[in-house]
Amino acid sequence: MAAEPLTSPKIVGKARPRVDGPLKVTGRAMYSSDHHFPGMLYAVPVSATIANGKIEKIDTATAEKMPGVRAIYHQGNIGKLFRVSVSFGDLSMIDETRPPFEDDVIRYYGQYVALAVADTFEQAGAAADAVKVTYRREEPNVERELGVERLAGVRKKGGSKPEHLESPKVQSERGDPEPAFEKAAVTLDATYLLPAETHNPIELHATVAVWDGTGFTLYDTTQAVVNARNVLAQMLGVPKENMRVISKFLGSGFGGKLWPWTHCALAAAAARQLNLPVKLVINRRSMFQCVGHRPLIQQRVRLSATQEGKLTSLRHEYVNHTSMLDDYEESCGEGTPHMYSVPNLRVTSALARRNVGTPTSMRGPGAVPGLYATESAMNELADLLKMDPVQLRLANEPEIDEGTKLPFSSRHLRECLTTGAEKFGWARRTPAVGSMKQDGLTLGWGMASCTWIAKRFGCTARVELRDDGTAAVSTATQDIGTGTYTVLAQITAEKLQIPVEKIEVILGDSNLPEGPVSGGSMATASVIPAVMAAAGKAAESLLGVAAKAPGSPFAGSKPDGLAFQDGKVQAKGGGEGVPFGEILKKAKMRGVSGQGSSDGNFLDPKPQFSSHSFGAHFVEVTWQPETVRLRINRVLTVIDAGRIVNPLAGRNQIEGAVVMGVGMTLFEQTQYEHGTGAPINSNLADYIMAVNADVPKLDVIFLDYPDLHLNEFGARGIGEIGLAGISAAITSAIHHATGFRARKLPVTIEDLLGAPAQA
Amino acid sequence: MRMKSFAFIRPPDSAVAIAAQAESPTAQQGASVRFLAGGTTLVDLMKLNVEGPDKVVDINRLPLDQIESLPDGCLKIGATVRNSALANHPAVLRDYPVLSQAILQGASAQLRNRATTAGNLLQRTRCIYFRDTAMPCNKREPGTGCAAIHGHNRNLAILGTSEHCIANNPSDMCVAMAALEAVIHVTGPKGVRAIPFAEFHLLPGETPHQETVIQPGDLITHVTLPPPVPGNKSLYLKLRDRASYEFALASAAVVLTVAGGRITRARVAMGGIGVKPWRTREVEAALEEQPATETTYQRAAEMAVQGARPQSENAFKIELAKRCLIHALKLAAQPA
Repeated sequence: MAAEPLTSPKIVGKARPRVDGPLKVTGRAMYSSDHHFPGMLYAVPVSATIANGKIEKIDTATAEKMPGVRAIYHQGNIGKLFRVSVSFGDLSMIDETRPPFEDDVIRYYGQYVALAVADTFEQAGAAADAVKVTYRREEPNVERELGVERLAGVRKKGGSKPEHLESPKVQSERGDPEPAFEKAAVTLDATYLLPAETHNPIELHATVAVWDGTGFTLYDTTQAVVNARNVLAQMLGVPKENMRVISKFLGSGFGGKLWPWTHCALAAAAARQLNLPVKLVINRRSMFQCVGHRPLIQQRVRLSATQEGKLTSLRHEYVNHTSMLDDYEESCGEGTPHMYSVPNLRVTSALARRNVGTPTSMRGPGAVPGLYATESAMNELADLLKMDPVQLRLANEPEIDEGTKLPFSSRHLRECLTTGAEKFGWARRTPAVGSMKQDGLTLGWGMASCTWIAKRFGCTARVELRDDGTAAVSTATQDIGTGTYTVLAQITAEKLQIPVEKIEVILGDSNLPEGPVSGGSMATASVIPAVMAAAGKAAESLLGVAAKAPGSPFAGSKPDGLAFQDGKVQAKGGGEGVPFGEILKKAKMRGVSGQGSSDGNFLDPKPQFSSHSFGAHFVEVTWQPETVRLRINRVLTVIDAGRIVNPLAGRNQIEGAVVMGVGMTLFEQTQYEHGTGAPINSNLADYIMAVNADVPKLDVIFLDYPDLHLNEFGARGIGEIGLAGISAAITSAIHHATGFRARKLPVTIEDLLGAPAQA
Repeated sequence: MRMKSFAFIRPPDSAVAIAAQAESPTAQQGASVRFLAGGTTLVDLMKLNVEGPDKVVDINRLPLDQIESLPDGCLKIGATVRNSALANHPAVLRDYPVLSQAILQGASAQLRNRATTAGNLLQRTRCIYFRDTAMPCNKREPGTGCAAIHGHNRNLAILGTSEHCIANNPSDMCVAMAALEAVIHVTGPKGVRAIPFAEFHLLPGETPHQETVIQPGDLITHVTLPPPVPGNKSLYLKLRDRASYEFALASAAVVLTVAGGRITRARVAMGGIGVKPWRTREVEAALEEQPATETTYQRAAEMAVQGARPQSENAFKIELAKRCLIHALKLAAQPA
């Protein structure tokens, strides 16, 4: 059972329906807020109705006397909540670092100022409404203009410090972009604005907290049970052995549920004080206020090229808003240094502080907003050059990662572009605006490339072989709806060569061996080596049992004279194989298990390779100027993400991301109101997202080149890359149809009303 | 989201229902007794604490859920007929397609299965400030001010507004009923009355909390549609950001009779842009006895938005509404 690369797997790589599908469609899957306990109480937070200022007084007298009310918590009585030693390496990540109720300062609209706990949800809600809070209000700063132009003078050495911006950084630098830009034949200088966006998984954030006198069990909507345990143990001041976090099923998270938010600690603190289980489900409005968002981002891209379309310089400068206390950096330049060949480059970033809740990762953080800007700039440059945008990209394909000077572990962007162009019919595109028609509508065609990092987190997994012929695999990762249960069953079945139906997958519990966060599109790549090792060790243990146990048909053999093949033990010389369940039964054992671990390489200071996934989107929009009606008609996406473990689940990830991209490009924006500072459209009717009727015809093609530098199967992640680049592809199609050049998202009816009435 | 406690009654007949509601000092915002039909507006607003009745009177078991053709050619639609039943009724599909289309472009299938005819006549605005008790709103709490005028008003009205309120009426069904000249039949403590559609909704003026002519104890029993006009063509065009499940930014219901290239009869109502379903005789007069041409439609569209008072975010609705009406008229005038 050596850990050699498996280049022709039998179960991995095959489309399989979700192993947890039946549980979900019959309602038996227990999501966090489905958990109920005898005597359980309900908690409802009181949210600040100012975005900047101080609490002068909290009057809880009326609320405390209301029926069913057990307690009203606030700064004065919540008890000690501790700050966390934030560390990615130790998996102790939290974005809003201030524990709830720590001081009397309000820094964003909706910040929790009190918590009502009562026998029923309705009683807790009524009590929360009855808490009277008096504020000293100050003018909030939710200004949309971030001042990206002030980054122009920032250099690695000897640069200037931009005013009103914080943490200016040079993220990457090579050559000398200024003179290259000055003397270039063709140049582009464009600034792009992305609004704040709210994750809005349909499952609201929820914590059900149970205190047993010494420790906590939290049923929490988290994408990372190990991280949640580590953070909340620190915040509540208990040893991490006394904190158990469970997240069996998640109604998605999109990054918003990666790290704990303030309500988690509130639920736990209330449960401990009252010595009863407490359920806290936040409402949709709080989802827009207190649990992160993708920040407002302003990006300036300056490109220069030769007349033939060879890039000579690239500058990418970006500023994102962050909250008053926390430095959330949206790393928009993550993909910029390696995407294209360009000798002169600088990527610069900074933060702008606003009265908003702390931002957090949203599906494809950094790369998704970053590629919207840089890929849009590439499309604009192509138009300036009168060059096909696919050709422009092919002409600037790099040999190595020019940012790190490392070879790529596996890069097939060229093939993504050419395959996509061929399948889409790109050769039929006529470049003039409004020149393509179909069924009385104007067509617009656009495209863009995409990339996403491919790394691994550390993982430990356990595999158990049982006497009933089944096997169990367990690790403290979780399935956030992407198919992790299914993928783990496939990997384990592949290694043991037994049917997927015989594998039980146990996830979502911090008491299991430590597994990865469901983030960064890295869970699958991370679990593979650990599960392979664990399954190998379980099989080794079994061979030991087969050789020694008195009842075993192989008793007296040497373990290394036996082999584990297709779920059976057999002598290496040949002969009849015996199923492992039979061996265990004869040995009177319930099971044998093995544990395997693998290190992560996410924080590897000296990587050997530049590892990324790549892809290309091709988009068709239809445009009817008479009614200002723009619809996305079809999208074809080609993805190079290593070997796809489950093409069915994989396709679902890309399709879902593309639909999210439709929303990002045309609809979604969280609007902070001047004056109040409130995210004003904080509900699902006023925050417009794509619905089923907006879903275009979707095609997904996987190139399926295994990236064996990453793991045995060569599988990279696919959860996020589908959202990267899609907005630039859609906006270029919009430009092709309407002549409107979108440098801010979303592209609205107001924008398109200004387009020529007749193309 | 939470609700305060309330009494819940199921009256055996209309008289008991009417008597129960008549105990409320008002049938408008702040009513202490509310009829419950589909509940898609009322329960929603109760959860938001925008509505807080002491008593809820369930009228779903009253015999008000039938659609019937009357001897005079009118179509009678019961108050509790569900939106989905109305939209898919053969007589509506045949004689009043504009109504079917308007309903089916509103809300979602699940909501249409619950929402009722009378409930939709009384649908409340989707103005964010009306729905958020932390914000001032003259419609919800008279005298607190209008936060929308200097706030988030992209979706709100450009026609019929006052300095006290710019909330729009979100109903699609009502726009079609306005164009069809429906009549609303009410039974109240003093007997029955028939209210022409155009007189049912009120302008906000200084009393935006008064939305309709409904008085305490008034129970909407049914709506009648006049007999279909022979040879007419009707349709509903709704413009919005996404393809489904969104309130109109602008919509048009048109009922047109064209003979020999001339428009002989026109009924036009617009949605998304007015404080109430917006119908003016001037627009119809600009169309009637005119050639069915682009020029005619243009002139009618200009008239339709005359007097529009845009706010900081919704000036685009003027142009959008014009394009909406022109395109709807063009489609309706096309030979079949």
